[in-house]
Amino acid sequence: MRSSNLMVVVVALVACAAAAAQTTPYQNIGRPATAEEIQAWDISVSPAGKELPPGKGTAKEGAPIYSAKCAVCHGRTMEEAGPLGPALVAKKGGNLRGTIAAWPYATTIWDFINRAMPRFNEGTLKPDQVYALTAFLLNRSGIIKEDDVMDAKSVTELQMPYRNAYVPSDLAEIGNVKKRGCYLGHCPGPAPTAAH
Amino acid sequence: MNPKQSGRRRFLKDGVALAGLAAGALAIRSASGQTLGSANDQALEGTPGISEGQHFDAIYGVRSRYETAGRIGGIGAYSTGPDGKVVRPYIGGLTPVQNLIGIITPSALHYHNTHGYPPPDIDPQQHRLLIHGMVDRPMVFTMEDIYRLPSVTRTHFLECNANGYTTPPRLAPGATAQITHGLMGCSIWTGVRASHILEMVGVQKGASWIVAEGAEGAHHSKSIPLEKIMDDSLIVYGQNGEAVRPEQGYPLRLLVPGYEAINSIKFLRRIKVVDGPYLQQRETNGYQTVVREGKYADGKARWFQFELGPNSVITRPSGGQRIGTQGFYEITGLAWSGAGAIRRVEVSTDAGRTWKAAELQGPVLPMAHTRFTYSWKWGGEETVLMSRSTDERGQIQPSLAEVGKIWDVTVDYLKKATVGHTNAIQPWKVAEDGRIYNAIV
Repeated sequence: MRSSNLMVVVVALVACAAAAAQTTPYQNIGRPATAEEIQAWDISVSPAGKELPPGKGTAKEGAPIYSAKCAVCHGRTMEEAGPLGPALVAKKGGNLRGTIAAWPYATTIWDFINRAMPRFNEGTLKPDQVYALTAFLLNRSGIIKEDDVMDAKSVTELQMPYRNAYVPSDLAEIGNVKKRGCYLGHCPGPAPTAAH
Repeated sequence: MNPKQSGRRRFLKDGVALAGLAAGALAIRSASGQTLGSANDQALEGTPGISEGQHFDAIYGVRSRYETAGRIGGIGAYSTGPDGKVVRPYIGGLTPVQNLIGIITPSALHYHNTHGYPPPDIDPQQHRLLIHGMVDRPMVFTMEDIYRLPSVTRTHFLECNANGYTTPPRLAPGATAQITHGLMGCSIWTGVRASHILEMVGVQKGASWIVAEGAEGAHHSKSIPLEKIMDDSLIVYGQNGEAVRPEQGYPLRLLVPGYEAINSIKFLRRIKVVDGPYLQQRETNGYQTVVREGKYADGKARWFQFELGPNSVITRPSGGQRIGTQGFYEITGLAWSGAGAIRRVEVSTDAGRTWKAAELQGPVLPMAHTRFTYSWKWGGEETVLMSRSTDERGQIQPSLAEVGKIWDVTVDYLKKATVGHTNAIQPWKVAEDGRIYNAIV
């Protein structure tokens, strides 16, 4: 008796689930996105770089673009805050924190230039220009050479100097509150284990 | 005939025919063709409670002219360059916390920080929300689509990670609650559950994060764990009974309760479902803690700090105010926590020697400002008033020294640098003359 009741419940639940899957009450609310729309809108670049478009550029090519489009806000020296934009590279021997040299993945540099620069004309740079500006900033930060070519592969594979200077550094652990070591609204880091 | 009288007569005459109509409509119709004052002023002349010549906007109301609380610039909003010109004219404003009544921050007083990007002028009929990535059915929603979906209304605070940061103005004896705690506000938000929309598109196995993006110039973008989005996050179009204000993200914003407000993407235009954090600019640069003293001075940055801790501040009496005669005063303030509802608030009127339970006025809601009150008799002595909150997880708000202990740094260090979320107990010194001063250090 008991088991047959249970069976009825199970069958009913399965039927319910099937019915729910077939007839959503929200049909005709929203429409399918086309592949073209998604491609046009999707400007997010992950550390794996899989969204980076074809194209390439070097620091040498980036220098005149910087002068023409960026220096007006960020200044010519790049070592001090410009009229509107922050400093982009550290002074010699200065602290790299707060400059792009401390960003753990170069993909973020590409992503941010592409999505947010230049101010007032965001989204107008071509992929080659974004690669060239990325190369220019990396070169001025002392991370790559003037003729090093930045493209989807090299931007993704570039080992940034501060890659492991974060807690936690492993991207797979960032979603884990324990690995971040958070309590009372503060995240100093995971509690030391007994082995320490 | 005196044109003023003419206006009044016309008002009285028309008033009969227009009785029952909305005040705004009444004002417009009764004022046609008049030359004295504004249309609305004239319509209301002779109305009980409205004095002659008083400006009163009957279309979209304004507060009494005796109420002057306003937002003031925050985080360098009015900093000037070498030429004396304002460098960043539009970056943000702080909530006048000391003037708040109850738990809701009026939308017009709610703090905002645009990071230099003024709110875009978005026509809601043109606005679209794209959901894509690791989903079965990528979809585009119009605002009309979103209005059709089942709605929810929730009261939540929004707080900048920098609220309470130990900057020089915040440490100054003359600091008001607006300076010490003005990077927060609390609203009644209406919209749809983020989980509802994500269930409609079908989140695929293996997805663990989202990247949310705004429509403003910088397309500010943020990675947020999918679990939090599915648990209690909202996609909202309503704020305090009307559309979300432009500086709050009109026409649509994400609301991630209890997390640093940088995650609550304004002008929400896109959500990409992904399998890891994307390390966007505002999680790679800033929104981190680097300490240079103690055992955490390892050169590493603590990032993705997300949840805001238990916090509270006495708003009356508070810095910059002055109490008068000796005797009874109600101490009142706000308590909140990113971890959930406030369980308890204690108040000390003797510089932290003794603590007594304050009354929670209610409603007491999760991740919302909670109003507390405490009856106090002032005998004219110099003293220090403090409040400390406990949240539903049992977390007790730390003092500044205890914040230092968490990070293994001294209070002296905290006078020069900032850490995490500075949710320190706020002490207000009461001087013998009744003036109230910031006594954080």
